[in-house]
Amino acid sequence: MTDTPMIAVRSVNKWFGAFHVLKDVDLVVQRGQKVVVCGPSGSGKSTLIRCINRLEEHDEGEIIVDGIRLDESLEHIAAIRREVGMVFQQFNLFPHLTVLENCVLAQVRARKTPRADAEARAMQYLARVRIPEQASKYPGQLSGGQQQRVAIARSLCMEPKVMLFDEPTSALDPEMIKEVLDVMTDLAQSGMTMICVTHEMGFARKVADLMVFMDHGRVVESSPPAEFFAAPRSDRTRQFLDQILSH
Amino acid sequence: MTKAGQGSSQSLSPRETRARRARRARALDAALFAACLAALAWIVLRGAQAMGYNWQWFRVPRYLWRIVDGEVILGALIKGLIVTLQISALAMLCAAAFGLVTALLRLSRSPVGRALAYGYIEIARNTPLLLQVLVFYFIIAYILGISRFWAGVLSLAFYEGAFAAEIIRGGVLAVRKGQWEAARSLGLGPFDTYRDVILPQALPLMLPPMAGVLVNLVKHSSIVSAIAIFDLTTEGRTIVADTFMAFEIWLTVAGIYLVITLSLSLAVAGLERRYGFARGH
Repeated sequence: MTDTPMIAVRSVNKWFGAFHVLKDVDLVVQRGQKVVVCGPSGSGKSTLIRCINRLEEHDEGEIIVDGIRLDESLEHIAAIRREVGMVFQQFNLFPHLTVLENCVLAQVRARKTPRADAEARAMQYLARVRIPEQASKYPGQLSGGQQQRVAIARSLCMEPKVMLFDEPTSALDPEMIKEVLDVMTDLAQSGMTMICVTHEMGFARKVADLMVFMDHGRVVESSPPAEFFAAPRSDRTRQFLDQILSH
Repeated sequence: MTKAGQGSSQSLSPRETRARRARRARALDAALFAACLAALAWIVLRGAQAMGYNWQWFRVPRYLWRIVDGEVILGALIKGLIVTLQISALAMLCAAAFGLVTALLRLSRSPVGRALAYGYIEIARNTPLLLQVLVFYFIIAYILGISRFWAGVLSLAFYEGAFAAEIIRGGVLAVRKGQWEAARSLGLGPFDTYRDVILPQALPLMLPPMAGVLVNLVKHSSIVSAIAIFDLTTEGRTIVADTFMAFEIWLTVAGIYLVITLSLSLAVAGLERRYGFARGH
């Protein structure tokens, strides 16, 4: 069991109408591995990770998460969502609930955790993302960086085995990016399996075990960061890296 | 800085000028409204005079209530009002339930559910309410063996429920897609997602148009007089038939409806303000 990969994506194809977003995508993520996916916008990187927890449906190929095949079965989908947490570009906190309630809701409803335990766990993870003092505020009262850290805590409260990050810092003001990346780095060091779609190459160099570059729905390159940054194999990758690293 | 009220408007700050202009506009509005009311009253009085109408306002209060030996005895109009309020309140509850179920069906993935909801909405909105009341009374009530009171309640709920459904659907669709995705990624099922995430955010958006449905419901409840339910309108008609005081009684009935609908509108507006503040968004 432990030597099966955490996530296996094999020959996945997906279309949005006539637009072919994912073309024969393969990706294997081992337990505890951190994968950073980058690429130009429209390359399918967000769609790929959104397929992993079924926010999008893939049309062909197979996705297996922790030994569970992602198919039409609602039980399988529910089981996979229990193991996979997700952090969004726009945070997507529930604006009508306090920070604490945001972290408690799914524990109580989906896990049937007793309220007191759920609150204790919520406070534990809020402390871990360094904002326990904001627990009673509403999301709208927090800065973007704080909101994103709450979103991470909310996800962690479900004790997932894998965390997916969909451009977690793209909607943030520059001075708030670091606080979010620090939390993500901590999480990476704690051994969490992570797939991050991000253009933060400093973060990628620091934590990634595997770099994946996508373009036009294809995985163009997939290699360890040392190799990826020093000697990219494809011209397209080199071109992309030149552009994002030059400023 | 020049003080407000002194000198020409040019010497005032833009803010003071704006405030003064707003005050003037409000005063003008009020004056216009009063003038319209006065004109209306004048037309009614002239018309009544031309007809040789004999005003008997003193005979109206007994149809509201009387006090005999310190005991309050309700008159026919107030009894009718109570029936109207009962019908409206029950119909609103049913309409809200119909509306919610229909909206969720229309938003569901099931083609059959969507078709059913769509069919109901179109039938309810595109046939006359009076006809619906008659169908409920003569056909459905007969088949199901329900009373005329419930036939009235259900027909009103059937009609207004279609409007409520579209309002609820609109409110749900106005909640951002990311809220659904966040809920799903946390493993919340559709029921929990609607109850805890989507509807609480959609509710404040639905309140203003729902106030319209509620007011319509109270007004439209007068149509149940067609199936001889003794609501406010039916009682009014009976009294007019007995006493020939058409002007006094109908104006009184209209006044009572206005008091109810205006207080409903104000109550919803208050609720809206409160909700708007509670949301930290």
